[in-house]
Amino acid sequence: MTAYIIRRLWQMIPTLLGVVILVFFLFNWVGGDPAYVLAGKISNQEQIDNIRRQLGVDQPYWVQLWIFVKQIVTGDFGASWSTNERIASIILTRLPPSLTVLVPLTVLDALIAIALALAVAYVRGSLTDRMVMIVCTVGLSISILVYIIVFQYVFAYKLGWFPVQGWGDSFGENLFRYASLPILIGLAVSIAPSLRLYRTFILDEINQDYVRTARAKGLSENRIMWVHVLRNASIPIITYIMASLPGLLIGAFLIERFFSIPGIGREVILAVERSDFPVIKAITVYVAVATMVFNLLADLMYKAVDPRVQLR
Amino acid sequence: MATPSATLVRAADGTREIPHTVSPGLWTLAWRRLRADRVGMVSLAIVAAFLVLILLSVTGLIARDWAKEVGVNYAPPSFVGADIEAGTPAGPAEPEAPVPASEYKSSIVDPLADVIAELKGGKPAAAPGAAPVEAGSVDPLADVMADIRAGKGGKAVPVPVEARSATLPFGGDKWGRDVVAKTIKGSETSIFVGIASALLATALGTLFGAIAGYYGRWVDDAFNWFYSVFNSIPYLLLILAVAAVLQQKGMLTIILILGLTGWTGVFRQIRAEYLKHKSREYVQAADAIGASNARRMFIHIFPNISHVVLVQLSILTVGFIKAEVILSFLGFGVPVDVVSWGSMLNEAQNELILGKWWQLVAATVAMATLVTAFSLFTDALRDALDPKLKGLKGH
Repeated sequence: MTAYIIRRLWQMIPTLLGVVILVFFLFNWVGGDPAYVLAGKISNQEQIDNIRRQLGVDQPYWVQLWIFVKQIVTGDFGASWSTNERIASIILTRLPPSLTVLVPLTVLDALIAIALALAVAYVRGSLTDRMVMIVCTVGLSISILVYIIVFQYVFAYKLGWFPVQGWGDSFGENLFRYASLPILIGLAVSIAPSLRLYRTFILDEINQDYVRTARAKGLSENRIMWVHVLRNASIPIITYIMASLPGLLIGAFLIERFFSIPGIGREVILAVERSDFPVIKAITVYVAVATMVFNLLADLMYKAVDPRVQLR
Repeated sequence: MATPSATLVRAADGTREIPHTVSPGLWTLAWRRLRADRVGMVSLAIVAAFLVLILLSVTGLIARDWAKEVGVNYAPPSFVGADIEAGTPAGPAEPEAPVPASEYKSSIVDPLADVIAELKGGKPAAAPGAAPVEAGSVDPLADVMADIRAGKGGKAVPVPVEARSATLPFGGDKWGRDVVAKTIKGSETSIFVGIASALLATALGTLFGAIAGYYGRWVDDAFNWFYSVFNSIPYLLLILAVAAVLQQKGMLTIILILGLTGWTGVFRQIRAEYLKHKSREYVQAADAIGASNARRMFIHIFPNISHVVLVQLSILTVGFIKAEVILSFLGFGVPVDVVSWGSMLNEAQNELILGKWWQLVAATVAMATLVTAFSLFTDALRDALDPKLKGLKGH
């Protein structure tokens, strides 16, 4: 097990190196001279030279790349170009609000979607099944923007059930007061695709021989669906959930923006609007690392749910 | 060679019953299966209708004058009735002012003309782009002004108040532009961006996948490394990072962003197909008759996997239409003077609080209809082209 994990971590290095080179290429080569972005067009040559020296842009490319690698390893990306806040502290303070929304959202989405998928798969081919699938397909076609605009208008603005936007200081207040409507919207958007996908995973299992055997030996339908079928269908479900987690961190940016939640996603949007390259660079690299780590975690979880899986 | 001519002779003799059956090919069979799929055919018809609509809009047959302010500001839909506060003009309620576009060019009221004239030191406001630049001052609005003068671009074209109507078929926006025409124009932008970037991404993915799968060995390793690099950065983050770097906005920029970042899914599928096909007998036969690598890859193998490409293309189109809407909404997408579903939703967000819901509904309905139809059509297409897969992939 340990040997497996070490080998997998070792294999991440070339990919991570690729991500570093890609990000470096984008921001230091395609993005042009950062001194001009930073100084604007009005400052004089002396100022520009000064900034270039500070950023190390006057060095050859390989030295700049080495500076970037050092920044990643030490976690010290310097300060934001626009607010002068340390980037490490930006990431650390923006992470908790994002997680306050995303963790309950992911857990609720998984529970609801799996339960619904089991129910729909159980009555496969029936009118209920077809109606649910049609609702899902149509729901999937409406842009997330529309959900946010309409839900915020109806539930917060018109009915006043939730605050229109904002974020507090205490965790409880944030979770139950400010995060509830964002979580509700997130569920409205994410359940439809999850449900459709999980249903097909479960349908793949439901016609297998072991299901017939379980039925023949007199097990209850509940036990067959929730234990036998679900355990076998859980590998693709875990893959899907784990693979979508890091993306969700960014994917929730629209929700964070509309509700003024000071999370990672909103920070990315702000950084793009302000051309704040160091912030985007740091977040991109760390999210890529998180993606790879979550892939590894998914593989380790396979072993936990399915003893047949061999970790090689 | 003797047998066919023999049958021909017999046919001429009058037997007439020649069992001349061409066995149907992949595409014929797929079309037959698709025809039998009622949902698939209906969605195909809807998608085709949208395509015809944007074709008409590109050629200027409809929605050409979408930028004209034909109604009062926030003109409500006709079926709701005129807004009392808006002050109904006495003129006849013609939805479109019957003035040809060419006359507008000359009769544009330039709201900034006086300001510009002052800035230029009392000189008459001629075409600002051509005016001599004084004391190093560059007119930041020169290009925009030139665009307005040329009568192109998305800037609102003012219409005298008397000619404006109180209601429009499906309401008007902030400037009184017809929402129906605006939605058609917006569909043109969104669908065009979606299809163009999907074509680019599919072409890239197919090319990379073909090379990686066909050559194998270190070439495959290199492309797989490239793939895992792109795949480990969440898609939206990658798009935003590229948007941050490419400062200029435009249709081409957004097509490039989506196309250059979205090829990974296609690559994985096509690579697997090439791995499967490269050792098949027909490829060995092609090798034996001396076909070059490129010829084997694209003349021999490609037609056999083209159905996978087609399905991937339509999956990507749906995804990119959605992505374009989000990017344009955030202001990283199409330029300000181009209307798309995303920019309509951006305006609609503030209008909803004022109670003006029609632009939101128009953009949402148009987008939901197209995307639903396109997704259902994609499912039907996949089932028709590859019946073995039916029901396997939920997507």
